[in-house]
Amino acid sequence: MAFSSNETFNVVWPDEVDCSSPELRFQSIASLLEKGYSVSRKTGLPEGNGLTESQNTIFLTEKSANELPSIRGAYVSTRGKNSVALVDAIEGAKSSLGLIKREWKPWFPVIDYDRCTNCMQCLSFCLFGVYGVDDGRRIQVQNNDNCKTNCPACSRVCPEAAIMFPKYKAGPINGDNVSDEDMRREKMKVDISSLLGGDIYQMLRVRSERAKSRFSKERDSEKALNERQKCLIKLAESGDIPAEVLMSLPSPEEIKRRAEEAAVKAAAARGN
Amino acid sequence: MNSPKIVYCHCAYAQVVPRETKEAVLKRLCDSGVEFEATSDLCELSARKDPVLLKIASMGEVKIAACFPRAVKWLFSAAGTELDPAKVQVINMRTESSEAACSMLMDPQIVPNWPIGKASPKPELVEN
Repeated sequence: MAFSSNETFNVVWPDEVDCSSPELRFQSIASLLEKGYSVSRKTGLPEGNGLTESQNTIFLTEKSANELPSIRGAYVSTRGKNSVALVDAIEGAKSSLGLIKREWKPWFPVIDYDRCTNCMQCLSFCLFGVYGVDDGRRIQVQNNDNCKTNCPACSRVCPEAAIMFPKYKAGPINGDNVSDEDMRREKMKVDISSLLGGDIYQMLRVRSERAKSRFSKERDSEKALNERQKCLIKLAESGDIPAEVLMSLPSPEEIKRRAEEAAVKAAAARGN
Repeated sequence: MNSPKIVYCHCAYAQVVPRETKEAVLKRLCDSGVEFEATSDLCELSARKDPVLLKIASMGEVKIAACFPRAVKWLFSAAGTELDPAKVQVINMRTESSEAACSMLMDPQIVPNWPIGKASPKPELVEN
């Protein structure tokens, strides 16, 4: 029976177990890491490996099957295997344990609480419900998986540069130190409108109304689409927001509803 | 005296750490015979609130080869794990050369650089 786990799979590699060459060991470990495994390189383990049972652990050994200790977990023998065969054998052992790792999204915001002032701009701004508050009304990231890949927009509206995306290309969003220049920039965009040339929700609503009006007058769907695309390109460039994120924004009515909902949540968190 | 434990992050889900640096550091670790914990992606451990982070926090002195110290600190924190600032050195593979990263990682001395408090911009020079 398969069951899902929220932990990573760990491969324990005692130093007594070795492939035929250091290059093979490096290739095997690199390949395992690329496939999402963790690898523990252990030295000086006692006889029988001294390991405890674990659902998520695969132990490497040079022993044959009938020599293995009777603790729970999967064992994979390295005998005579090259790196490809070894990684295949580990994948097979993982399957035999019946474990499926839950999916995760590598793109999500991380809050620097040394900088965060709990102003709730991010909670008000994010349309995808990524943020929430804890019992003490402190802002927190609650739904990582709702975040739109490659979209750093919430970090751009943070007046304290407190929101990081560790996989972003540039600082300070990537976690690099916040410089004087960064802070000068932040001061200029405390108001969200200075980032996007006006309230994004209002802007989209106005665009939508104009588009509707044009549809009714001209029945020119292509013209309206071009207009929308121009607007989105401008937004994408000014905020480094991926066009596909803007293209997938909900309808103006839904945006309005969600924005009001977020504003109520933010106000409640501020204690207003 | 025990050498600091070593944690290596492979940052497998993004291309933000130069491949050459990652490979050089991992190869050096594999060749050295030292004990280390290699993780596919520290962001994943944080997102999953994986107990491995608690294990790392309990290791005592630790050197973490990953990315920016500020990001690493708050990735641990987001998973509810705090490290002792006096016992952590983060080696930033995004900015260090492969030689420098390997050298810092293999040095038995620890140079703590865990960010403490709001990292303020440098004060401006006052002209007399």
